Amino acid sequence: MTASLTMWDADAWIGGRQVLNGADLQVEAGELVAVVGPNGAGKSSLIRAFAGLLPLTGGVARLQGDDVRTLSARQRAERVAYLPQERRIAWNLPAIEIAALGAPFLSGSEARAAAQAALKEVEAGHLADRGVAEMSGGERARVLLARALAAPAKALLVDEPIAGLDPDAQLLVLERLKARARAGQAVLVSLHDLTLAARYADRVGVMDHGMVEAEAPPMTALEPEVLQRVFSLSARWIESPDGPLLSGLRYSPGSGSGVRSGSSPDTVA
Amino acid sequence: MSTRLILLLSLAIGAALVLAVLFGESPLTVAQFGEAVRDPASGPGEVLWAVRAPRAVTALMVGAALGLAGAVMQGLLRNPLADPGVLGVSAVAALGAASAIVLGAAGTPGAVEISALAGAGFAGGLLVLFSARVRAPEALILFGVAVSSFAGAATALIFNLSPSPIASAEVMSWLLGSVQNRSWIDVLWVTPAVLLSAGLAALAAPGLKMLSLGEETARTSGLPMARLRLLALLAAALATGAAVAVSGVIGFVGLAAPHLVRAAVRGDPARLLAPAALAGGLMLVGADLLARITSTDQELKLGVFTALVGAPLFALIAWRAAREWRL
Repeated sequence: MTASLTMWDADAWIGGRQVLNGADLQVEAGELVAVVGPNGAGKSSLIRAFAGLLPLTGGVARLQGDDVRTLSARQRAERVAYLPQERRIAWNLPAIEIAALGAPFLSGSEARAAAQAALKEVEAGHLADRGVAEMSGGERARVLLARALAAPAKALLVDEPIAGLDPDAQLLVLERLKARARAGQAVLVSLHDLTLAARYADRVGVMDHGMVEAEAPPMTALEPEVLQRVFSLSARWIESPDGPLLSGLRYSPGSGSGVRSGSSPDTVA
Repeated sequence: MSTRLILLLSLAIGAALVLAVLFGESPLTVAQFGEAVRDPASGPGEVLWAVRAPRAVTALMVGAALGLAGAVMQGLLRNPLADPGVLGVSAVAALGAASAIVLGAAGTPGAVEISALAGAGFAGGLLVLFSARVRAPEALILFGVAVSSFAGAATALIFNLSPSPIASAEVMSWLLGSVQNRSWIDVLWVTPAVLLSAGLAALAAPGLKMLSLGEETARTSGLPMARLRLLALLAAALATGAAVAVSGVIGFVGLAAPHLVRAAVRGDPARLLAPAALAGGLMLVGADLLARITSTDQELKLGVFTALVGAPLFALIAWRAAREWRL
């Protein structure tokens, strides 16, 4: 069976800077894959390439087997729903109308029903009639997630959905995405929080310099050597009752500024 | 709710048109009104049906065109400060019209109108290109100011180099903006353009609504955004060009009209279009009536009047928008 999302040897440039440099990644239906990596590693670019927003100069991005370039706008929307990190909404529309924009090809009443269900799914049902300008940032983030969930697409592409959210909302968002994966969608999400990535993702892709350095189950992809090389972290995983927990410090090869002595990188790596 | 709003605005427009025909700088007696109704060819009949009525209907169509253009541009550019005047579309349309006049094309039917339309289309295209590359809403306003200033300077140059004082005076009256002495011919010219523009805008409406979520989300929504964007741009340019061709530059109606009705449609840029057009028409019929009955030696030019009211309003909206952009 073909994977839902496949990227192979992808290159892409934005204004003279190479943002993807031979990136490979696969996401199967029913799977939640998290891409992690330092700022500028290419996480958003990888997601945008799948969404058809970033043209590749080399390699290929496939949605359910077909090259994203060969698909029409409507075919792309049927295959992937994209949620950008940007949460600005231009006008003070009520939440239900924002969520209903996820399903522009359904009839008005069907789209509203899908929107209402999606709002309930992110525990924002009570916000349906409220204008988005009258909401907190967290509420608006949930409404925008509901928009992506209301879309009848086979895969979800979600760019840093928990940035700037309180802990409860972060867990809610990841739980919902996980539930969608369990229900059969392919979910690709970019995250900065490695602990949450390890707990929620089926597999993790570690990105650095436009490449996917490691793509494996979380504990394999995020082993201490990778944490040090890619994230400059001198860190290790600790088992906790709620799942793995990352403990560590900044790694500095020399006599280290701001790094506690005794956390010698050698002992971790 | 928006049906009721449209009905309400239509009733208000009806009332404003009646008032615009009843009142004017030369007051008529009841007997004269009677004569005008019985015999449209009589003196009072001429005043009512050949002077006041076409003028009021022109004001209505121009106002509707500007209100519609403003609503479309605000939706397209996701910017509450967008307006054909603020962003220089009117100025470039006026430049087109001024060039046609000075080049002696005013006698050729449609030449001035087509030049105004071409100018509006060109400026609209520039704005869309710019906004596709630069995200910051305040940058777009600055770009519009630059376009507007340049078009103003080019128009001034034409004015400066114009060989005939008559052409200069005609160009000057374009710049001030007025619906004085407009006839049913003007109404016949502007009405189809406004209706066509409204049709294009209606087709583009789902795209305008989707753009509320930002450029990238809209592009992944499955809607044919390139086509919808082009339709919206054509609608805005056609409406602005038609308005400028008939009345010259009348500023701030396109800015203010959408704001008056936006809350009533809960911010929806698609449902905003019809009420914004009606509100623009109502505003301009009212403003022209006020300009006519205000007793000054020189009749107040409509464009001057709307700018006097509109510019402070622009400052107010900018103040509020700037606070939102800080979020």
